[in-house]
Amino acid sequence: MKRFIAMMLCLAMTTMSFAGCGGSSEPAEEAAAPAESDVIKIGVFEPLTGANAAGGELEVEGIKIANKLYPEVLGKKIELVVVDNKSDKAEATTAVARLIEKENVSAIIGSWGSGYSIAAGDLVKTNQVPAVGASCTNPQVTQGNDYYFRVCFLDPFQGTVMANYAYEKLGARKAAIIQEVSNDYSVGLASFFVTAFKELTGDENAIVATANYNTGDMEFSSQITTVMAEKPDVIFAPGNFTESALIVKAARQQGIDVPIIGGDTWETNEFIEVGGADVEGCVMSTFFDENSPLTDETTKFLEAYKAEYPDKNVAAVTALGYDAYLLIYKAIEAAGSAEPQAIRDAIAQTTDMAGSTGLISINAEGDADKNSAVIKIVKDGKFEYYDTVVLG
Amino acid sequence: MMDMATFMQHITNGVSVGSLYALIAIGYTMVYGILRLINFAHGDIFMMAAYFMVFGIITFQLPWYLTVIITIVLTALLGMLIEKCAYSTLRDAPKTSILISAIGVSYLLENLSTYLFTGKPRAFPEIAGLAQTFQIGSVTMQRVSVVIPIVAVILGIILLFIINKTKLGMAMRAVSKDYEIARIMGIKIDRVIASTFAIGSALAAVGAILWGVKYPQVQPMMGVMPGLKCFIAAVIGGIGNIKGAMLGGFVLGLGEILLIALLPQLTGYRDAFAFIFLIIILLVRPTGLLGEKITEKV
Repeated sequence: MKRFIAMMLCLAMTTMSFAGCGGSSEPAEEAAAPAESDVIKIGVFEPLTGANAAGGELEVEGIKIANKLYPEVLGKKIELVVVDNKSDKAEATTAVARLIEKENVSAIIGSWGSGYSIAAGDLVKTNQVPAVGASCTNPQVTQGNDYYFRVCFLDPFQGTVMANYAYEKLGARKAAIIQEVSNDYSVGLASFFVTAFKELTGDENAIVATANYNTGDMEFSSQITTVMAEKPDVIFAPGNFTESALIVKAARQQGIDVPIIGGDTWETNEFIEVGGADVEGCVMSTFFDENSPLTDETTKFLEAYKAEYPDKNVAAVTALGYDAYLLIYKAIEAAGSAEPQAIRDAIAQTTDMAGSTGLISINAEGDADKNSAVIKIVKDGKFEYYDTVVLG
Repeated sequence: MMDMATFMQHITNGVSVGSLYALIAIGYTMVYGILRLINFAHGDIFMMAAYFMVFGIITFQLPWYLTVIITIVLTALLGMLIEKCAYSTLRDAPKTSILISAIGVSYLLENLSTYLFTGKPRAFPEIAGLAQTFQIGSVTMQRVSVVIPIVAVILGIILLFIINKTKLGMAMRAVSKDYEIARIMGIKIDRVIASTFAIGSALAAVGAILWGVKYPQVQPMMGVMPGLKCFIAAVIGGIGNIKGAMLGGFVLGLGEILLIALLPQLTGYRDAFAFIFLIIILLVRPTGLLGEKITEKV
């Protein structure tokens, strides 16, 4: 009997280690391509299944629209190779390895979720293939990596924007943090918020409580109870959209009406679908608002998007996916070559490229110089524009 | 330090999580008790039940009570189908083969639902105002948090009654002792095993419905963690023992919540806690908390 249970346990643990491997992989898109030399391949790695699937899908929508509007460069067709990183860091490196080694892509776009991008960073660097992140906001994505670029703002900026919002608009003096401890993005953004908030209040103890949770958790009542025991004025809870929606729900179920605010990852339809009426009034920072077009490219993108998806609101990450593609496209054009190294050098020199989310200039760190963020609020089951924040 | 109200809120949270674990764990333990098979697909049957609810109420706009019945019936049929295809063909094979087959079914269901329903989470529909909250003193809870322990206890009692007092239950106990002999004695073991799976899966369906009300998010991987946790709960309580599974569920749920409450910095290790707890129990009391009384085996 003892031996039998021991054997069962071994098997249970083996199952555990495989648990992350479920989910089907997306087959390479448009398999029937012309001969190898006539196409330029751009790899895309995004979470298409698992916890972050909705975010990845939004980004891929933008990339595909860009591909439709800009299908050819240097007389060659551009082929997108989309692979699924399954919302898993280990799978992210596998996905990128496959893009580089098997598909021989010229450049890579991805990924929603800074952690996946950071995990893939080393591969991109050692293989010298340029990668452009669309919405990965953690500073570590491009730090010390000459081959990783991005088209969005960074978390120190975003954290400051949300701290300012909490301090000025909500009049909060005590804040609590609920962070997704296994997610680099969430932990990073929370710590930048903490720094900015302490500075604003001039109070070393302005953060009264910090609670952690894991990706995929569904039970948050105890975190909420723990945090609320310290009576914060506001809860900052950056993290994945589904878990975040459940956190807000758990709080409202305990009859708590403290404002709960978050970051750019919240802006997905699933956040509202899962959260329902409970997420009304939640506030988050994001990159872009469809009602205030910034360049001609914005209009072009919006028209194409509305034609393709007439009923959907445009998410900021979709626009960023579009811009990430465009950045690579323009770099190939400028370099006059599809060699990864040439593309990398051209991307690094990009200045004032008109993207759908504004003008993009790449700085020495490989980041887009962006100093404005949009604040949105959930109202009547929709993300509504609230404010634009520009920081010097 | 924690005040009384906060502590009571934690206890309420813990009891509600614990009884949910208990509910799913009795399904696990029952199948094990009779077939000596850890049905690793149990968590995924649970997931499918949650999807049946979503489709019934949201897609087909059926009333909730009808959907609950349909879901329980469909899930029971699914359990029987799985048993017919994946386990009954291996009845004379070594136990390990059936176990591997169970793991295969688990992956099949996960990937099939990812393929059919996409990996994106769906919202679980609200039913019968169960998600609404009310207050006792300073403790706030959802109605469902009260319903779950009651349902768990009632179903546990019904199950014990079926196993100990009915003819089917007697056949089940006979099969669990030795199915070769049971077959010789004229028991239709195929039918007995099929009904075991039907009951076990129906329990998973009830668990999924209550789980969905409490954590209203449905996705293909949602059964993995609850499945493992409830397996742990069943082993802690003494696998094969229904009362033990209920006790194990409560202990595990309360323990997890109190870990987060008392040591918030360790929250990230919540799942690890469940496994460490399991290892300790197996070292100290390998048969589980209530596992020694052989007569209790279903």
